[in-house]
Formats: sequence, C-alpha cells, structure tokens
Amino acid sequence: MRLIKAIIRPDRLNDVLKALYGKEVRGLTVSRVQGHGGEMETVETYRGTTVKMELTEKVMLDIGVSEPFVEPTVEAILEAGRTGDVGDGKIFVFPVERIYRIRTGEEDKAAVTPVK
Amino acid sequence: MTYRSMCLTLLFMIIGCSSGVAEQVGEAGISPANTVWMLVATALVLLMTPALALFYGGLVRSKNALNTMMMSFIALSVAGVLWPLIGYSVAFGKGNAFVGDLSMAFLNGVGLEPKGAIPHLLFFAFQGTFAIITLALISGAVVERMRFATYLIFIAIWSVVVYAPVTHWVWGGGWIAEMGALDFAGGAVVHINAGAAAVVAALMLGTRRDYGRQALLPHNVPFVLLGAGILWFGWFGFNGGSALAADSVAVLAFVNTMLAPAGTVLVWTLLDMVRIGKTTAVGVATAIVVGLVAITPAAGFISPGFAIVLGALAAAPSYSALLWRARTRLDDSLDVFAAHGVGGITGALLTGVFAEEAVNGIADGLFFGNVEQFFVQAISVIAVFMYSALLTFLILKGLSLAMPLRVASKDEGIGLDIVNHGEEAYTSGEGALLLLDDEAPGVIINQTNREIDSGSKLPVDTTTG
Repeated sequence: MRLIKAIIRPDRLNDVLKALYGKEVRGLTVSRVQGHGGEMETVETYRGTTVKMELTEKVMLDIGVSEPFVEPTVEAILEAGRTGDVGDGKIFVFPVERIYRIRTGEEDKAAVTPVK
Repeated sequence: MTYRSMCLTLLFMIIGCSSGVAEQVGEAGISPANTVWMLVATALVLLMTPALALFYGGLVRSKNALNTMMMSFIALSVAGVLWPLIGYSVAFGKGNAFVGDLSMAFLNGVGLEPKGAIPHLLFFAFQGTFAIITLALISGAVVERMRFATYLIFIAIWSVVVYAPVTHWVWGGGWIAEMGALDFAGGAVVHINAGAAAVVAALMLGTRRDYGRQALLPHNVPFVLLGAGILWFGWFGFNGGSALAADSVAVLAFVNTMLAPAGTVLVWTLLDMVRIGKTTAVGVATAIVVGLVAITPAAGFISPGFAIVLGALAAAPSYSALLWRARTRLDDSLDVFAAHGVGGITGALLTGVFAEEAVNGIADGLFFGNVEQFFVQAISVIAVFMYSALLTFLILKGLSLAMPLRVASKDEGIGLDIVNHGEEAYTSGEGALLLLDDEAPGVIINQTNREIDSGSKLPVDTTTG
C-alpha cells in the first residue's frame, strides 16, 4: 500500500482527474494549497505597491492505493499534469502502514479497492 | 418652454438688455424639466457599463474576473475620448444617408444651444453613454482569451467605423430613419450591432483553450444577479431617456422597461422548470437582460400590456439560442449573440407588430393593420447585422496581420488577470513580498530563478525587460 501525494497546477486538475478515472483510480482527496517550487515569481502592482508573489496556487492530490495501482496512478499524473514548464509540480510516494475503510472496517488492500 | 422662462425672456427683451439677447434666446429654447431628466438619464446609462462589468465578471472564472471587468470599464475611456473627438460627428453630423460629416468633430459647434428642448451638449453626452456600453457588450464574446491591447485597438476602431455610422443610419437622419424603421432606444444600434460583432469576433478568435473539454463555470453568481439588477436600474435612463424629454412618452418607455423583463423572467423560469425541473439564478439574470434588450426598440411605441407580451415572447428565442450555442464550437463565451443579438432582433421585429399609433402618434404595426412596418423593421435588422458582421471581420482580420488577437495558450492557463494586468481579483497576500523602490520593476528579480527558468515567459519578463 502506498500514499501518493501529488502537487500539480490547478488548471491541469481536470485532465489529471480524467486520466486517473481512465486508469480506474477512483478514491482521492483534493486540496487547494499554496507553494513555491522554483518557478519564477510573478510581480503584481496595486497602486503604488509592487509585490513579488512568492507562493503559487497549486492543487494537492492524496491518493491511497494498493501496489498494482501505484504505477498507473503515477503515470496518469505525469502525463496529464505535464506542461513542460517549471512549476508543473511533484509526486511523492510514501509507504503506508495501515488503511481502514470507516464504513465497513475493512483493512488495507480491501479498504482501497473500489466498491464494485 | 416654461412659463417662467418665457416671462424672463420677455422681460429682458422689453428692458432691452443688449448684450444678453442672443444668450437669452438660446436659453429660451431649453426646458429645465427636460434638462433635469436627461441629466439623470445620462448618469443612469453610464452606470450600466459598471453593471455590465459585474454581470460579465461574475460569469467568468476567478482568474479572469478583473480582465473581464476591465474590458467593460476601459470602454468608458475609449468611447469617452473618441466620441467627442470624432464619433459624435460621424453619427450625428449632417453628411449623407450613410455617414455623418466631420463638421462637429472635436465638439465643434456642440455647446449649450438647444437641441430639441435640451442643451446640445447634454444630447451629446447622453448619446456618448450608448457608445460606451455598446463597446462593452461585445467583450462578452471574447473574454478569457483575447489580448487586452488588441481588444483596446479593436473597440477603438469599431466605435468609429461601425457604431457611429450605424447610429447615423438610425438616429442621425440616415437611410434607415428615412425608411421609417422604428428603433426607440437602440435595439438595432446597440444590441443587434453588438450581437453581430460578438458572433464574428468569437469565430475569429476561436474557442477558449478549455472550451468543450472542461466545464467553464461562473465564479460568482451573486455578482451576476447584482449586475443584472443595476443594469435594469440604468435601463430606465436608457429607454426613458430616449424620449429626450420629461414627457408622457418618457413615462411610457419607463413603465414598459419595468414590465417587459417581468414577462421574460416569468417565461424563462417556466422554461427552466420544464427543462431541468429547477429555476436557475443565472437564468433569471439572463432573462432580465433579454427582456430589457427586447423592449428597447419598442419602449416608446407600444402599450404597457403589449410590453409584457413582448417580454414574454422574447424569452423562447434567446433561450433556444443559448442551448443551441453551447453545443456548437461557437465560443461566444457569455452569449452576447443569444441575449443581445437574438433579443434585439426579436424586439425590433415585434416593435413592427405591436407599435400603436394611438399610444404615441408615430406608427401602427402589423397587429394594427400596418404590414409594411414589419418589413421595414426586418430590413433594418438585416442591414445592421450584415454591416456590423462584415466590418468586424475586416477590422479583426487587419489586426490579426499586425498582432496576436489572443494570449498564448499557457497564459490562458495562468489567467488573464495576472498576465495582462499584473493583479488578482482575490489575493490573500500570503507569500507576497513588498518590493521597495530600488528593486521595483526594471530590476531583475531573483537571479537564480531566472536562470532556472530562462525559457519561461511569465509576466515578470515584461516588467524586467
């Protein structure tokens, strides 16, 4: 079991979701986050105030999957999330100790296998 | 002319106040009551453009909210400058049947002398507010992708070569006026004109990058409702003021402006109920605008009962046009054509049906036995639509040879607020570093990042050269 945490561009989210659904990855959590990942800052001006925006809007996906789904999930995000410019984001893959499905109490692999 | 001003004039003439005679005669032709109403009406119509900015701004995604609202706001300046310089003269100068002359360019001869029963300068200002909102209306077809600089040049040219001549045809003594077409407050001049330009502009620019692949949803529906509400408020000046006097025709137009959208909203919500089983807020806001557009050409010519009927009849054509449009590759993003084009055409044609000589002594329509009026209306609709469409095509074609019409695909992803304006509509300020004078734009920022990202073209490039 792995937890895949991906940080992507907000405007790639729809494509990434589509790609994930295409690979039968259905359980995920999405959060709006702000971050900084080496891309160039934008400069904004409000009357006399000029600011450098250090943080960029990003979207973070948390996806818990069983082993066979790790590669397809990563591939889907890599393909659909990529624009080729700095700021496309990162994917982190973590080992997971245990997973429970709250509704049934199922554990581990059963807990992350989509209900048919 | 009021009793009081007549007395004053007489008094001065009797006393023989030699130096003031010419001026007194000028004042004498002006009605204070009409002047007051037209001052208010002009301010009301001006308010419609910020209202439209809210209406349009709420309908786009948050990353394009400022850009969309700026497209309306900047029209206040573009037409505000070009209308006195040249537009007004092209529209209302004597000229020929197709275009006015330049005798009144730079406001030459446009002063405080009477034009009708109000000062000429006031008539000029009232008409100027119409030029402004017509430009702003077109922007709804090109939002979320058009380059702001190109848009500026486009509406500047359009205001002089399309808006002003069409105004001349209809209101400046041109051929459509000669033909006897009825357009009380700008169904053809403003709405069909902008609707036609919108279709062509949307086709010329192409669809938004994500159009047809993703749902592009309104980011603030309360803005849309507020905008529609203020538009309705301003429209009392638009239609009521088009009587150019504080008289009974103004009252008729005013009341019709109140009633027609009510009819449209009623039918629109019923159509919503039948189609999806729910009444939608965006639908009500849209219906208000459609009803207002449809009553515009008819406002001073039809009775209040028929105003409700006209409003009700106007719902279905625009409603179907909206549904049809969304299934095509025509990305008229905020449905300027469905609301203003189709609404304007429905209104202009129905003016030819419900016009009633008994109401204000001008002309009867089809419903009262005057079949010819209907066809005169149809000719004016077709002529304005074709001219606007053709000229819009030529202007944009010309501009496309000199500059890009739209922003880069990547910039569409970032959003036009940041790319074209260097601002965001909703920024928390988190992670914003204040730049002091010595590191303000013009100085290269964050050298390391620039090296990493030398291939990128984020907006910072434009400010650092």
